[in-house]
Amino acid sequence: MSGALREPWRSLRRQREAAAFGTWIFLGGEAMLFAGLILAFAVMRALHPAGFILAGRETEVALGTANTAILLTSSLTMAVAAEAARAELRRATLWGMGLTLALGAAFLAVKGFEWSSDLEKHLFPGDGFALAEPSAQIFFALYWIMTSLHAMHMLGGMTVVAWLGWQAWRRARPLRSPAFEAAALYWHLVDIVWIVLYPLLYLGGRAP
Amino acid sequence: MRRGIGEEVPRTLPAILRHVLPVWLALLVLLGASLALAYAPLHGLNGAVSLGIAAVKAILVAVFFMNLRRPDPLLRLAGAASLIWMSFLFALTFADLTARAPQTQPQAGQGRDSEPPMRQPF
Amino acid sequence: MNHITPAIPAPDAIPHEEPSYLTAERGIGSWLLTTDHKRIALLYMAALTAFFFIGGAGAVAIRLELFTPKADVLTADGYNRMFTLHGTVMIWFFLVPSIPTTLGNFLIPLMVGARDLAFPRLNLLSWYLFIFAGAVLIYALVAGGVDTGWTFYTPFSTTFSNGYVLLAGLAIILAGFSSIATGVNFLATIHLLRAPGMGWFRLPLFAWAIYGTSLVMVLATPVLTAVLLLVIAERGFGLPVFDPSRGGDPLLFQHLFWFYSHPAVYIMILPSFGVISEIVTCFSRRNVFGYDFMVYAILWIAIAGFLVWGHHMFVSGQSIYASLAFSFLSFVIAVPSAIKVFNWTFTLYRGQITFEAPMLYAVGFIGLFTIGGLTGLFLASIPIDVHVSDTYYVVGHFHFIMVGGAVSAFYGGLSFWWPKITGRKYPMTWARFAAILMFFGFGFTFFPMFIMGYLGMPRRYQVYPEEFQVWHVMSSAGAVLLAGAYLLPMGYLAWSVFWGEKAEDDPWNATGLEWSTSSPPPRDNFRTPPEVDEGPYFYHPEGEGPGHDHGDPHRDQVRTP
Repeated sequence: MSGALREPWRSLRRQREAAAFGTWIFLGGEAMLFAGLILAFAVMRALHPAGFILAGRETEVALGTANTAILLTSSLTMAVAAEAARAELRRATLWGMGLTLALGAAFLAVKGFEWSSDLEKHLFPGDGFALAEPSAQIFFALYWIMTSLHAMHMLGGMTVVAWLGWQAWRRARPLRSPAFEAAALYWHLVDIVWIVLYPLLYLGGRAP
Repeated sequence: MRRGIGEEVPRTLPAILRHVLPVWLALLVLLGASLALAYAPLHGLNGAVSLGIAAVKAILVAVFFMNLRRPDPLLRLAGAASLIWMSFLFALTFADLTARAPQTQPQAGQGRDSEPPMRQPF
Repeated sequence: MNHITPAIPAPDAIPHEEPSYLTAERGIGSWLLTTDHKRIALLYMAALTAFFFIGGAGAVAIRLELFTPKADVLTADGYNRMFTLHGTVMIWFFLVPSIPTTLGNFLIPLMVGARDLAFPRLNLLSWYLFIFAGAVLIYALVAGGVDTGWTFYTPFSTTFSNGYVLLAGLAIILAGFSSIATGVNFLATIHLLRAPGMGWFRLPLFAWAIYGTSLVMVLATPVLTAVLLLVIAERGFGLPVFDPSRGGDPLLFQHLFWFYSHPAVYIMILPSFGVISEIVTCFSRRNVFGYDFMVYAILWIAIAGFLVWGHHMFVSGQSIYASLAFSFLSFVIAVPSAIKVFNWTFTLYRGQITFEAPMLYAVGFIGLFTIGGLTGLFLASIPIDVHVSDTYYVVGHFHFIMVGGAVSAFYGGLSFWWPKITGRKYPMTWARFAAILMFFGFGFTFFPMFIMGYLGMPRRYQVYPEEFQVWHVMSSAGAVLLAGAYLLPMGYLAWSVFWGEKAEDDPWNATGLEWSTSSPPPRDNFRTPPEVDEGPYFYHPEGEGPGHDHGDPHRDQVRTP
């Protein structure tokens, strides 16, 4: 049963290593993408410290923290799914991926509520912005860019997990396929990005 | 205790859970700590503390969930590379930012001399 | 079961007429849905030829307009759109993908002894992404035009520009995805698909060069994506990041942009270094001088290339202390490039040099690249750069690197591996003529730019004082020769596909795994999986004399079990 083996590989072990390696390089690139945005955040924070402290108090810290917990838990279920797939435990794999999808959807739902609350509070930069300090708009410009780019990555990750889960459900893809581990790596990176964004966007300016 | 090295992976669900549940608990504890410390008066160190905790959390995820604990030097190399390149990006940009001459342009909020011309939607 | 049993009969049972990759499958679908790296290389070649013509059309418009000091062909706005078209298409849709996606795609699996790239379907996907991105860019350039120049500087691009900046940015982001996919594929292939015995220091220098290029592609391109996303957010959604009137920082744009775009220069030139190394060693019948140092130089360039971007910002208002650091680091990066030039020269020394067409391109490359590199050192010195910044001196400098360097190497590599790719030989006299014509056409086009730039002719200006006309006329006239030299190979290479003489497996008596298989190679590259027990070059070793009595290299470099 070596349906998991593909051209041009001669052994599944090597193919698995390549899938992990290729994904890791790609994730290195993804990390550089967010590093560029975080650099923009760091530069702007250095240029306008007061405005960033002011603006940092306006984000929804409760929703942000809840979302962090949800995402950390989704990483747990995804890790279980990947390990289970490798051990060819079908039920555990399917449960893990299903829970991951549910938690991802929960994250996006909370994010949606948060965004609508931000819009109600006039926190989208432009005319009629809630805060008088001009540089607070820059904080929120980066807030909107980074959270929406992260949400797009979540959507991408959910698509991949849903596709692989469906294939596993239909038995169209053997559980030993390296794709499960690659998808899990991607999911964890999206989690790591959020772990870094959380203190930048939600915890700044909270202390007295 | 070093389970799950190389090709030797846990074969049962309890073994997998024994592996990952402690990591998850540690992550949640760190999340709580970082939230609590953000409100504590740390005299300007709040940012450093919360970013430090975030770094620990990221390392936990990378090492235990993303399997960097497996002794595959190739994957560790790939993981480390982007960190090195990020340090290039940050170090040299801040080399400029921290040593820049004082601004002579009008500051934010003073508006520009002329309004931008009409432009096409794209 | 962990092994695929190769469906290949024993070597001696193979009829010699085993179909090549070109004839293995037929029909348009077998090309558009292929996962064969060799066919995908040809798909890229077709696409790149089209983009080369489009970008070339922009150059024609520019040179035509600059023939006289007045504006007589284009409006001022039209001129801006033309040099933007030329820059964006040539950089992202010709130079960055040129050698890696065509020669690299074709040769890397052959050179490391693999059946295909690590992720064949990803390879095809990257081609479709590239085509789609190109279509979006062309639509943006034709429907609305872009007038920002290829650099998209803010706040002009985000606030004032009157063109399709958003769509062009989107197209370049998509092309970036394609570039990253290609880079990931090459890195995984070179790391994990090397044939048994193919150690790191037995890799041909071309494979090393592609390795370094891929590293830069994967780590630099996402930062370009990030900065273009910020431009799109500011222009499209009014989110302030760069606009100084709202507290933003335009220099931040330049930092992020050049963090990609300076290493992108190495994406364009590193593969050329690989090509030139292969050609020079083959046609001087000597092993590459200082192979190890060539490898270290490639890696040095790939890493240190990320540390010099600020030399594009000396007059931008960047901190003078940062400028000092960037200036110093720019001199540091010149060292590995110089190592390569010296090593090529020492490879030639006491060699049995023959001037076949690829060698003519290679020798031309060495000269032109050296001039381009040395003028780069002038530009890295802050006092000179302040004088010639944004003049034709800069234009001359980077065209010497990218056109005299990268494009010459592309044509050289194409003529070197053409018999392997198509199994046909092209008329050598015509090829030699084209190579020499390219050298002189290039010189006439771009050397005057150094002089007029030094005298103060600014770049991106359509109307100029009459004193510069003599240089512009010289440049435009040279461009006609250059265009001829670029078109000529397209003619005789196409001719050779139909009427050319059949090529042997190793027409140049070159060493390296790719020459050990048939021309053109079979679908699976090698009839039997190769094993390697020698380095890539097996000409005369460094210490030995020229040996005029034995011109042949060792031919049993590749042992087939």
